[in-house]
Amino acid sequence: MRISRKVVLVVLMLFMFGIVAGCGGKAGGGEEILVGINAELSGAVASYGTNARDGAMLAIEQINAEGGVLGKKINAIERDNKSQADEAMSVSADLVGKGIVAQIGPLTSGNVQGCTLVMMDNKIPLIAPAATAVNVTVNEKGETLDYIFRVCFIDPFQGTLMAQFAYENLGAKTAVILKDASSDYGKGLAEYFKKTFTEKGGKILAEEGFVKGDRDFRATLTKIRGLNPDFIYVPGYYEEVAPLIKQARELGITAPMGGGDGWDSPDMIEVAGKANLNNTYFTNHYSVQDQNPKVQKFVKAYKEKYNKEPDAFAALAYDAVQLLAQAIKDANSTNPEDIKNALENIKDFEGVTGRMSIDEQHNPVKAGVIIEFKDGKQVMNTRIEPK
Amino acid sequence: MKMLETRWGKFIIEVVALAVIFTLVQYFITAGIFNQYHQITLTSMCINIILAVSLNLINGFTGQLSLGHAGFMAVGAYVSVVLTKFMGMPFIVGIIAGCLGAALAGFVIGVPTLRLKGDYLAIATLGFGEIIRVILQNIDYVGGPAGVVGIPKLTSWGWLFAGVVVTIFVIQNLINSSYGRAIISVREDEIASEVMGVNTTNYKVLAFVVGAFFAGFAGVLYAHYFYIIKPETFNFLKSFDVLVMVVLGGLGSTTGAVIAAVFVTLLTAVLQAFPAVRMIIYALILILIMIYRPQGLMGNKELSVKILGRIWSGKDGSFEDK
Repeated sequence: MRISRKVVLVVLMLFMFGIVAGCGGKAGGGEEILVGINAELSGAVASYGTNARDGAMLAIEQINAEGGVLGKKINAIERDNKSQADEAMSVSADLVGKGIVAQIGPLTSGNVQGCTLVMMDNKIPLIAPAATAVNVTVNEKGETLDYIFRVCFIDPFQGTLMAQFAYENLGAKTAVILKDASSDYGKGLAEYFKKTFTEKGGKILAEEGFVKGDRDFRATLTKIRGLNPDFIYVPGYYEEVAPLIKQARELGITAPMGGGDGWDSPDMIEVAGKANLNNTYFTNHYSVQDQNPKVQKFVKAYKEKYNKEPDAFAALAYDAVQLLAQAIKDANSTNPEDIKNALENIKDFEGVTGRMSIDEQHNPVKAGVIIEFKDGKQVMNTRIEPK
Repeated sequence: MKMLETRWGKFIIEVVALAVIFTLVQYFITAGIFNQYHQITLTSMCINIILAVSLNLINGFTGQLSLGHAGFMAVGAYVSVVLTKFMGMPFIVGIIAGCLGAALAGFVIGVPTLRLKGDYLAIATLGFGEIIRVILQNIDYVGGPAGVVGIPKLTSWGWLFAGVVVTIFVIQNLINSSYGRAIISVREDEIASEVMGVNTTNYKVLAFVVGAFFAGFAGVLYAHYFYIIKPETFNFLKSFDVLVMVVLGGLGSTTGAVIAAVFVTLLTAVLQAFPAVRMIIYALILILIMIYRPQGLMGNKELSVKILGRIWSGKDGSFEDK
């Protein structure tokens, strides 16, 4: 078989030219507000990105249906970053070149950090829906990064929330911490739990640890049983927490247990067992069961459009877009610099994940929800405002 | 014009051509014709070229299937970042240390594993690549799983260009030397070359160390451009990405590796806008190329201006299936 080599060469060349031409940037239109969505739509955490994208698109659709912002429609450009920090950087540079006024995403902390340089260089605000690591909005010297914002609370804050809940709502006076010592997440949550719990007058009887991959916790648990605490705090991920809870209950420990959003997985119920999970609680960004009318309206609209339940990523991305729209309204301008200034001054913004104000480190001060496992179901227990 | 056909003549032409390319791109960057997005794509492209050309030395020329390239890249990246960011040393020190660190890792891994062949070697190198990643994940000094953030941006077009040129120059000259002949003989028939008195293990380790050295170089350039490095960036999928480039370009063709690296980088950049069909299109293009060009885009041929002219006029058979 002989393919005409001239045809092959011409096709290849055309393809290359097409690629180069496709890379060319277009200036933003005057009648539209261009917003970039930089999300993990393929790769390791594609499920986060896809749900967040859906949440953001729903918000944009609703805003446009109500006449847009400042009389202009929002036009979203969505791009996939393959769940990689370098791709996220390339995507944000592409979006900036197209004339966006702000970027929503990426979802994970590392990928947001990948975009940081580009956003700072070009002075375009970025709103991260779900990047919870502390150093996303501040640099190593502790200075706030001017153009990076987020709508989710930072990891350690969940420890504060759970300490408040355990002391005030459960009436616990003594607690034991059993943390995932192999992750920043576990260590951060444990630290803030300890701080708040002791400040309130509670007593930490012991602080134990486990590492990722552990499967047998009986020795530590037997020791904890002897201390007879009112509450056991287990900040970690569900892979270890689920067998841990099962073994604790089998050893006859009946004290309530609590953790963070790392517990949020269907596997929890399967591995730990429905009955064992009773009297356990974890902190999360939001709950679909929240009876707040704003939340219910969002859940209904999301279900109608996508035929699935909105998870925390969808809700946070929805809030990120609404927050941006609010900032554009407050600024009465679509200039990125004005939007950034307006974002810094957001007060009492009502989102589906709670009422939030942006603090000087660009973190939202907002409420979290406590979710309880009841007979194998996640039930929203309460919403806790930060104090 | 006779003068231009001598060795020195060719050398001068090459130097002039390189200088023109360098100045042209530098002008595009300074003049703002290349925006930030183009620059990032260009950076990825140069890093991918270095990775593909260096892996091609191991996989293509030596015929040893190595899947641990991302691991060497990680060593280069982390060693240099520790020196430049944490200890405040100049970039050049970071580059040299990063490359040597990766070469050392290549030596340590190469000596025991290169006694293995084929599938066994592939699995052993894959394992070592993952070990490097897991070790980095557990060193708190370099941030553990969260990695290092806020790396100074020191990689410039000059360094990238120098990296690509030096990589291609060293590997091409190695292949065309007597060492290179020995390396290729190992690929063609290991037993026969051993009988001929070639110390096969030595040459395999040599190729492995040189390949790792340049992978480390790519890692250094990567770390000092993309602001953040974390162990997850250097997982085995990264090694596969490079392997795809090498196979796509043709095992044993440096030109092929370069063309494939450029092609794959551009393809990835273009497909950012089509998230839903991205992986399908990417996979389809790879499958189609493998069906119609099972030996890779270039086979084991190298491209020069002369050959380009011949392909156009139809005197060379490199675009027909054999």
